[in-house]
Amino acid sequence: MGTHLPSTEFDETAVDDQREADAEAVMGEPLAPMVQLLGPDGKLGADPVFTEYADRLMPEALRGLYADMAAIRRFDVEATALQRQGQLALWVPLTGQEAAQIGSGRASQPQDYIFPTYREHGVALTRDVDLAELLRQFRGVSNGGWNPKDTNFHLYTLVLAAQTLHAVGYAMGIQRDQKLAAASSTGGRERDAAVIAYFGDGASSEGDVHESMVFASSYNAPVVFFCQNNHWAISVPTNVQTRVPLSNRAKGYGFPGIRVDGNDVIAVHAVTEWALEHARQGKGPVLIEAFTYRVGAHTTADDPTKYRPSSEEDAWRAKDPLLRLEKYLRAEGLADDAFFAKVKADGDELAAYVRRTTHDLETPDIRSAFANTYAEAHPLVAEELAWFEEYSAGFAGEEPAAEPAGQAAAKAGH
Amino acid sequence: MTTMTIAKAINEGLRATLAGNPKSLLMGEDIGPLGGVYRVTDGLIGEFGPDRVVDTPLAESGIIGTAIGLALRGYSPVCEIQFDGFVFPGFNQITTQLAKMHARSNGNLTVPVVIRIPYGGGIGSVEHHSESPEALFAHTAGLRIITPSNPHDAYWMIQQAVECQDPVIFFEPKRRYWLKGDVDVETPGPSSDPFKAHVLRAGTDATIVAYGPLVPVALAAANAAEEDGRSVEVIDLRSISPLDFDTVTASVQKTGRLIVAHEAPTFGGIGGEIAARISERAFHSLEAPVIRVGGFHMPYPVAKVEEDYLPDIDRILEALDRALSY
Repeated sequence: MGTHLPSTEFDETAVDDQREADAEAVMGEPLAPMVQLLGPDGKLGADPVFTEYADRLMPEALRGLYADMAAIRRFDVEATALQRQGQLALWVPLTGQEAAQIGSGRASQPQDYIFPTYREHGVALTRDVDLAELLRQFRGVSNGGWNPKDTNFHLYTLVLAAQTLHAVGYAMGIQRDQKLAAASSTGGRERDAAVIAYFGDGASSEGDVHESMVFASSYNAPVVFFCQNNHWAISVPTNVQTRVPLSNRAKGYGFPGIRVDGNDVIAVHAVTEWALEHARQGKGPVLIEAFTYRVGAHTTADDPTKYRPSSEEDAWRAKDPLLRLEKYLRAEGLADDAFFAKVKADGDELAAYVRRTTHDLETPDIRSAFANTYAEAHPLVAEELAWFEEYSAGFAGEEPAAEPAGQAAAKAGH
Repeated sequence: MTTMTIAKAINEGLRATLAGNPKSLLMGEDIGPLGGVYRVTDGLIGEFGPDRVVDTPLAESGIIGTAIGLALRGYSPVCEIQFDGFVFPGFNQITTQLAKMHARSNGNLTVPVVIRIPYGGGIGSVEHHSESPEALFAHTAGLRIITPSNPHDAYWMIQQAVECQDPVIFFEPKRRYWLKGDVDVETPGPSSDPFKAHVLRAGTDATIVAYGPLVPVALAAANAAEEDGRSVEVIDLRSISPLDFDTVTASVQKTGRLIVAHEAPTFGGIGGEIAARISERAFHSLEAPVIRVGGFHMPYPVAKVEEDYLPDIDRILEALDRALSY
């Protein structure tokens, strides 16, 4: 494991209590409690709705959740290092959000379609996206990097919240597929599917999130909105985005909103599974607010020391999702030292694979950009490509022009 | 051969699309029982039901963004934006998402979304109801932009737009919605490629290129010039992106003079692009600089003075005189 977080007991009242009191004052009613199953002490609590879902997680699945969280954290450390070494143009770390991502991703079914933001590396892992391919975008060799049709995991979207509307439209397509299948002569019914749209607390201020929830509600679309409230939109805190917990917004659109402890992987899994079943059964959308924290920087270009105290980070490190599940697994006798040693070894192997493969990611020929601008033939593209070919041919046999030293070093793999 | 208006021709084209392609659907505000503010979708919800003719919430980004999602799921949505000036809340979805989805997926995803936008002035309306924003979209790679000027093209080009695997912005010349003409519903004839320009009138002294609402103005100007003994060729561009430079170049090589007329402001507009390309392609054929006739660099003016803003026959004839004076 690359990043070790301190293990101290988490005081529930230490974080955001004033903010929540303010929110209650604004709304004139007490807030719905946050769903939490696995406490900071590593003990499993009970919930009238979601315990049933948590009980579906057999010991093997629980160990799997831990292994996934550990793997993606190790990957995150490696990607950050690769960026620092000039191998990636940028990296968007997820450390602290492993439970929110792994718990929700593992609750989805293969037929579900996922629309991520640009930080859902953990969700990508649960959808079997090759993590080396995921780095193509950050390496600067692709604006995507994987084929979403292979895994039902859509491309990252850098324009905030744009994908929430795509998710609702896709869910409206699922509804139509179901009707077409039901009406067809074969009488078959399209396998029930749902969509998850990920976004952050910062993106929740974008108009597209509002419009996506209006459309989802109007058409009762099978979509789960999964907001990772990681408390900071780069340097702007959540209380500048909203005066009330984000999950409360669902009420205004007329569908359920659930606030879940986003560092409790069991609760996140249970809540997401419930929400997806709700959507697949035709009961409409659900908003989940996973209350979590971005422990590190927004991106490798960010400097959190300029806008938040380290004490806040420390308070959240104490809620570390991995340590909490480790406590539970050990206390219940579901995992031993050998298991954790194997998880660590697997993580190192993944990191080595990613490091090795990143170096080998092929730089595309710009001709592929000409080829992919349009799906059908386009005379302007053809004309410009022809010019480019002729221009390039003029340099045949010449030495390539000298590159700036830094660029050349990066290409050589230093 | 049937006679109908442009509005009716688009309506019939959409009807044919909905009937022939079960994955096609219409989306937009007021397009259901009302049939759209221009009644272009009149009667379609009754025939095809609310899942195929979707009255949406009043939200342009929502309409276009969900259309992208539907296209990703295999559908062919046709969005109606009520007026040109209202497309801008959806501009982000069009330019950052719709136009680029195919490229950023390395060709793995296609988003065959059509966006219908009534555009242009001349209807005496209020602010934001008379704009010509085509250049803003044409500058974005990944989009195709077409605009019919007559009922036959309207009938066929809307169907061809839906069949195209690329996103298409379909600009409808709203002040020509009631223009009548013959439509051959059996065969598209010369309209079989919606991305090719048509030479509407042959001539030898000069070429006028126009599209959409200004095509009838260009034809009238050419007829007036003929009375003065001038032979003017008129080209209906039909497609703004891609732009059929071959047809324009061939015409200029014959006539030596080119006037480009559109309602949009000339600065940074399509006319400038045509002028630049033609000067590169046919410099030695040109007897005069390419002259642009278009709107002024101002917000679309209030209705009471829009006739001073819109290019008319006299403005095109004045440009023709200038071109012929070289």
